[in-house]
Amino acid sequence: MEAKKINDISESDYSSIVQSSSFQTLLSEKKKFIIPITIFFFCFYFALPILTSYSTILNHNFIGSISWAWVFAFLQFVMTWGLCMLYSKKAAKFDVMADKVVKERGNS
Amino acid sequence: MNTPAFIMFLAIVLVTLVITYYASKRTKNASEFYTAGGGLTGWQNGLAIAGDYMSAASFLGIAGAVALTGFDGFFYSIGFLVAYLVVLYLVAEPLRNLGKYTFADMIAARFNAKKIRGFAAMNTMAISIFYMIAQLVGAGALIKLLLGLEYTTSVLIVGVLMTVYVIFGGMHATSWVQIIKAILLMGGTFIISIIVLAKFNWSITDMFAQMKTATPLKESFLNPGVKYKIGLDTISLNMGLVLGTAGLPHILVRFFTVKDAKTARSSVVYATWIIGIFYVMTIFLGFGAAAFVGNSEIVAANPAGNMAAPLLAKAIGGNMLFAFISAVAFATILAVVAGLVLTAASAFAHDFYNEILRKGKASEKQQVSMARWAAIGVSIVSIILALGAQTLNVAFLVSLAFAVAASANLPVIIYTIYWKRFNTIGAVWAMVVGLISAIGLVLISPNVFSLEVGKAIFVGEPLFPYTTPGIVSIPLGFLAGYLGTIFSRQKADVKKYEEVLVKSNTGIGIGS
Repeated sequence: MEAKKINDISESDYSSIVQSSSFQTLLSEKKKFIIPITIFFFCFYFALPILTSYSTILNHNFIGSISWAWVFAFLQFVMTWGLCMLYSKKAAKFDVMADKVVKERGNS
Repeated sequence: MNTPAFIMFLAIVLVTLVITYYASKRTKNASEFYTAGGGLTGWQNGLAIAGDYMSAASFLGIAGAVALTGFDGFFYSIGFLVAYLVVLYLVAEPLRNLGKYTFADMIAARFNAKKIRGFAAMNTMAISIFYMIAQLVGAGALIKLLLGLEYTTSVLIVGVLMTVYVIFGGMHATSWVQIIKAILLMGGTFIISIIVLAKFNWSITDMFAQMKTATPLKESFLNPGVKYKIGLDTISLNMGLVLGTAGLPHILVRFFTVKDAKTARSSVVYATWIIGIFYVMTIFLGFGAAAFVGNSEIVAANPAGNMAAPLLAKAIGGNMLFAFISAVAFATILAVVAGLVLTAASAFAHDFYNEILRKGKASEKQQVSMARWAAIGVSIVSIILALGAQTLNVAFLVSLAFAVAASANLPVIIYTIYWKRFNTIGAVWAMVVGLISAIGLVLISPNVFSLEVGKAIFVGEPLFPYTTPGIVSIPLGFLAGYLGTIFSRQKADVKKYEEVLVKSNTGIGIGS
């Protein structure tokens, strides 16, 4: 409803945008980035409770009295910040591609 | 009565009321009321997300949990943070591009059925009210301990303040209260962490070495498994933590307060840095409390450990630091409950009243006025429930809110954005099954039934063995959405999905 008020895009316009090669490239680039990273961070995250629940391997010390469990826990923070920065960088490229899609629509 | 604490509480009340006064001048129409006109910057919204998210449960609860159970308490910190990757990678930008005022707007961008909006709004109100009762009961207990006021008086003070912020200042006031609270909380936690670290001779290895003898748990304090002994229970807890945030309505609405997807993205990045740094510091809060306050004193003040952080402040910084940290805890509660009232009121006024009842035709004035009445209604209901829940252990309500968010909201959000075949039947099934299974499993869990007298609400054998329902209810929510879609004969509306796909990926069609 909102779209109709602000923008006079019709249903067929959306279809033609979806079929345009620039939009398809944007979608596939996004998929190639987002899906593997999402699978990775879920695996990395759940590895911690699974390892602490079903093994004592993380109870060995890393330095002094700091065990691997704490190191792995801290790595979760590092991973989160790292993937955040990576996403910002990648998303800037997606922005350029999305702008292209919007411009092409304006020209046609 | 603790005079410095009392003065600092008053200062917080005064500052927030001044903010509300200025915010009220700008709150003229529905957009200003619900989303501050979408005019926040990435930094401002990042701080506000942090302020909205780091509740008393995070600040007081995690500090206490780490102090009493060591590594197991720290699971919360990790899950609450990693959850932001789900928000950033999967939800934030499409949500901003598809929605307007509420989470239901986003679902309605694809399915224009009233019942879908109705269910989404109902879930929003249920989650927000569960969450709010937990915060209010915590607030009542805290103020009682800190200022010596009666529980009822304390809950009423917080209840009246949150209502005032929302009805006069709407999202403008709520956002700024959250921003200031985030800054205070980070500052307070940083001061404590530095003092704690200094007391451990500025050495992290020293700190860990000393923790081996500092608590009654001895060496096992540093190892996982003190509190969570059942593997699947631990995993269930972690599922709820990491998947719940992306379905929490009061967090989701924050993305409508910025102008576009790009700003929504940068606000999550800022929020993730702030929240992450805070959760790292919970180690110092917890270890410090265990070492310098001591297990028995923490438990004596509050069996769940909720007073660990204020007691630590007193032990290492005297009465002034204690007063300051207590006031920070008070501001923390105010900021979170204000966000919850606003979210629940928006769901009622925007979704039920304007979109469903008035078919989107209510005037700006009627919308704002209904939103204000809804805020009053939501506050009254929450206050009454909180007064009735005084003697209950309500900590599980927060995990329930996360579980319902992950089970009932997240599947619909993900399917709406990413699954072409998804249809209205699937959406209804996902929301209803997610909601009912999460609440149902909690009702038969060890949180409600325990064989030990006084440990839970009822005495009896729990039918569901785990303390959080996530491991069952989250897959059920996703499965119900899938099966509902597959088994209904309804054909997917491909045209509508193409529209959603274009909008969510490019931002075409959103008002600037």
